[in-house]
Amino acid sequence: MRRVSVIAAAAACLASTPAVAERIVSSLSTHQVMINSSFNGLDIVLFGTAERESGTAARTGPYNLVATVTGPREKLVTRRKDRVLGIWMNVDSRSFIEVPSYLAVLATRPYGAIADTETLDRLRIGVERTVLPQQIGPDVADVVREDPFRQAFLRLRQERKLYVEQTSGVTFLTPTFFRASIPLPADIPTGSYDVDLKLFADGALIGHSNSAFEIAKVGFERFVAVSAQTHGILYGFATVALALLTGWFASIVFRRD
Amino acid sequence: MEIYLPIAELPVNVFLVLGMGLTVGFISGMFGIGGGFLMTPLLIFIGVSPAVAVATVASHIAASSFSGVLTYWRRKALDIALAMMLLVGGTVGTIAGVWLFTLLRRIGQLDITIGLSYVVLLCSVGGMMVAESLRAIARARSGQRVELRRPGSHTWVHGLPFKLRFKRSRIYVSAIPVVGIGLIIGFVGAIMGIGGGFILVPMLIYFLRVPTSVVIGTSMLLTLVTMAGATVLHAATNHLVDAVLALILMVGGVVGAQFGARAGQKMAPDRLRLLLGILVVAVGLRFAVDLVLAPSDSYSIRVEETTP
Repeated sequence: MRRVSVIAAAAACLASTPAVAERIVSSLSTHQVMINSSFNGLDIVLFGTAERESGTAARTGPYNLVATVTGPREKLVTRRKDRVLGIWMNVDSRSFIEVPSYLAVLATRPYGAIADTETLDRLRIGVERTVLPQQIGPDVADVVREDPFRQAFLRLRQERKLYVEQTSGVTFLTPTFFRASIPLPADIPTGSYDVDLKLFADGALIGHSNSAFEIAKVGFERFVAVSAQTHGILYGFATVALALLTGWFASIVFRRD
Repeated sequence: MEIYLPIAELPVNVFLVLGMGLTVGFISGMFGIGGGFLMTPLLIFIGVSPAVAVATVASHIAASSFSGVLTYWRRKALDIALAMMLLVGGTVGTIAGVWLFTLLRRIGQLDITIGLSYVVLLCSVGGMMVAESLRAIARARSGQRVELRRPGSHTWVHGLPFKLRFKRSRIYVSAIPVVGIGLIIGFVGAIMGIGGGFILVPMLIYFLRVPTSVVIGTSMLLTLVTMAGATVLHAATNHLVDAVLALILMVGGVVGAQFGARAGQKMAPDRLRLLLGILVVAVGLRFAVDLVLAPSDSYSIRVEETTP
């Protein structure tokens, strides 16, 4: 029995050495998500096929795919409250530097059934294993997974649906054709999103592919956001003018005397 | 009907926001207050980030106070000279408040300061108003003559130098307490992100003995000027004023303020003060509960604002 597993491990090693043997051809239902006044979240569909390059050995097990969608990076501060003199106040905080504003990890099955822990750790598969650098004094480093701030951070992001993990989120409709749905919540940040695909078979990484999509405001929403950013003072005066106009209009409409 | 807000970056229900504007507008028209202390927490509750909420509420208050100012203007129930004198102190107070705001945000204790200020200020001011108006109502009930203005009863306030005559308010007082009150309102307003009308109204009534009929219009005029200034400042520095959210709030707010102003004029002044007192204490207690009870989650995440 032990010999079998040793052979299997050796085979896995051999299989992973020529790292990418399979070709992934994939596409998204849209490469540009438009945010207009009626935007209320969206699911975009990822689909594609895994193609075997000629001359590679036949796989014994089925394909497994892990899709990681990463949003634009931002600095997020996590604070912890505690009771001080009977009042709950922020007593401690950690700054997470350059962490994804959105993260979705979709897989065909639970990670343990896709590859061994060592491989998963090395390839950083899953929300838990994502690199989350924290500002610690002058240094920036990721901390152990048990760190309470790191755990609270992931929990809160998942509660807001900005971090998503679905270990049954990718489906193989045929042995080679896969499909997944990426859920984008209504308060999704704008910017460019990376989609990273990793194909596994028999516990080893056999294929890798990258694509991207963009989330942007369009039309009136874009006009308002751009004006606010580039012509701040003018925008402020315009808002005040709008306020005065609304107030004046109401006092005319409701005038009784 | 959902609509996406371009600066707050989330969709909201138009009718919900319109309803919030109407309700807060009604209260603000009735009592002559801006209503920021009600609207800002409401917006945060529906998911708008605190920074966007504070910046946008400023423009909403400007709209509803302008509609109120016009109404009181026609009734000649506002004192421009008094409002301008208050504004002098208010400007200095605001600058000092913004400085402290920035300092507290840097050391990470802004939330607790805002929370504690709300509790202390709202409970004490509201409590005083409730007690005073209850006494006034009891006096009226027992048949005693109600004397809101006691021309002979001068306090130490009236002994100060630099006296000015405010014709519309029919008062003759020193400029020092007027500028001082403006200073306090500006300072507190900048830290708590509110117009300060609910503190200004009782201060003008009790310290300066301005007639209740003039107080509300004057307070609204001061609120209008400070909130219009705050809107431009927020838009120029933080780019966080959401014009779409502001417009929905404004439309609801001005309509509500009109009905509120009418309801307020029909009510007996001491009852009006009692109601406002109860409202202020209730909001103060709400903040106290938040501070004392264990939060559902002791951790929170906030996007680091890019401070210049």
